[in-house]
Order: sequence, then structure tokens, then C-alpha cells
Amino acid sequence: MALQNGEKCEVGSSSSGLIRVVLLLRVVAFFATAAATIVMALNKQTKTFVVATIGSNPISATLTAKFQHTPAFVFFVVANGMASIHNLLMIIADVFAPNFDYKGLRLAIIAILDMMTVALISGGVNAAVFMAELGKNGNSHARWNKICDKFGSFCDRGGGAIIASFVGLLFMLLITALSIIKLLKPKSHHNCSSLVP
Amino acid sequence: MAVEIKKFFFIVLRLLALAATVVAIVVMVRSHDSAQVLNLTFTAKYNNTPAFKYFVIAEAIASVYTIIVIFLSSKSLLGGLIVILDMVITVLLSSSISAALAIAQVGKKGNSHAGWLPICGQVPKFCDQVTIALIAGFVAPVIYFVLLLCSLHAVLSPILAAKL
Repeated sequence: MALQNGEKCEVGSSSSGLIRVVLLLRVVAFFATAAATIVMALNKQTKTFVVATIGSNPISATLTAKFQHTPAFVFFVVANGMASIHNLLMIIADVFAPNFDYKGLRLAIIAILDMMTVALISGGVNAAVFMAELGKNGNSHARWNKICDKFGSFCDRGGGAIIASFVGLLFMLLITALSIIKLLKPKSHHNCSSLVP
Repeated sequence: MAVEIKKFFFIVLRLLALAATVVAIVVMVRSHDSAQVLNLTFTAKYNNTPAFKYFVIAEAIASVYTIIVIFLSSKSLLGGLIVILDMVITVLLSSSISAALAIAQVGKKGNSHAGWLPICGQVPKFCDQVTIALIAGFVAPVIYFVLLLCSLHAVLSPILAAKL
């Protein structure tokens, strides 16, 4: 049942409610992943330690903890950055071109891209979580000392970024489920007032 | 006839995914090495790291799910539910492999900024076995993503055909 170009159709109220809910969830997910990216990217702490004492002169060394030192955190920043760009593009596509379609594949492409983004975020956040656990508790079997007692605020900010990313992941899962549901629902073209005689 | 081929293709993919997850579990659980350094015995097992424990648990959940779905799909086609569960399992597997890879990378290269020395020099057999488990664990979410796309296509094609 293809629409003719002259007909104006009222979208069913349930379908437009779903679209608005997905848009709201996307905005929240965008802010969550963007916050995670920014907080982790600006995560840096410098501390000066007294390493040894010669006579009465203390020798101090300055150590910096940056997120670039750990590949897991670099992946975390990149993954969350890509996820926020994806959400931004989807928001723009929903707001400015809601009816643009390509052979009926628009919803399928959105659903597939959402699934890929969910897998990406989940990979990034989990790698960061386990690296943070290693930094917080150390690993006695491998003789790796914990670093969170020395670099407290680095660890706190990293933890905050990880929590924000988990919130973003939760919302992205909801969005993906809703996109798949939108895809599976048969398109309702009733409520069409036929203006063409 | 096409439906039969599709079902056969699905079952083959799921068996491949099952094989990948089972290989990952078995190799990771059996990885073990010990080294003697200055009269101290230095043992490396997968238990020592929560990341590897999470990896084994996630792969176990995925393989149990695969077995259940293989037996269920021969009876009926639950469509949408299988798509959603496939997505959940894909996310779980991808998260477990990235966590294990993050810790394994620290084990292999160390982290000079944190004062963490690499351990692969002292326990090379453990490192090799973990590498094999991680490769199998990397293949598993890839196959699962392909399966997810296939189940999505299987659920969608009747609806898309009705629309066009």
C-alpha cells in the first residue's frame, strides 16, 4: 500500500509517541556518553613524592597519572566519543529528516548502527572497569601495586566517567530495543485522510 | 526448501559459535604455569585475575544459551525474542573479551607509568594458553554479531516483503 505523493497522512499517535520517547532517550544517552568522554579525556593528576633522603635533603620525583598511559582508557575515550557522535547524528536525522527513506531500509540501518554502537560502548566500558579495578586493588599474584591510594582524584574522576558510560550503555540498550520494536511493527497507514479525489 | 537451507545455515553458525566459546572456556580454565624465582614459586592461574574469571563466566553463559537455542530453534521460530537475546549475548561476549584483552595487555607489556612489570617473561606457557583462549573468545562475538544480523533478517524479511 504505497502512499501517493499528494496525500497527507497523520501518523498514528502511538507511533509518534514512540518516536518522541526514542528521541528523549537519545538525548540523555548523548549527554551521558559525552560526559564520560570529556571527564576521562581531562583526567590527569600530578603528584610529587619524596623518593629518598640524602642527609637532610629530600629527593622528590614528580609523577603524573594520565589517561593516555593505559590503552584501555584510550579505547574507552574513543568508544564513548564515537557513541556520542552516533547519537548526535541520529538525533539530527530524526529532527531534520524524519521522513527521509531509502528503499524502506532506514529503520533497519538505524537498528543495525544502534546495535554496533551498543557493542562498542560495552567493550570500552568493560575494559576500563577492569583496569580501574586493577588500579584500585592491585594484583598480589603478579606483584602489581595499587595506585589509587596515591592518585585519589584520578581514580575518582575515572570512576565517575565509567559510571556515566554505564548509564549511557543502559540507555543505548533501551534505544536499540525500541528501534528493533519499531522495525518489527507493521507500519500503520490508517488515519490517512485522502485529499486526492 | 529455502527455509530448510536457512535453518541449516543458522544451526551451522550456532554450532561454530558454541565451538568458539567452549574452546575459550576450556583453554582458559586449563591454563597454568609456575616459575621459580629465588626459591619462591610463582604460580599463574586464570583465577588470579577477576577479568579472566568474568571471561570464563560470560563464555559459559553464552554457550549454555547457544545450546538452548539450538534445541529450541528446531521446534519453532521465536523471532523477536531470539533477536533481543542474541543482542544481549553479543554485548556480554564483546564486553568480556575486551576486559580480558585489557588485562592481558598489561600482563604482556606491563605499564611503566604505574610500575607494573610484564609477567609473560616469567610464565610463557600461561601467556601462550591465554592468547589462544582470547583468540577463540574474539571469534565468538564476531560470529554472534553475524548471527544477530541473520536472525534480524529472518524476522524482518516477511514484514519487508509485505510492505513492498
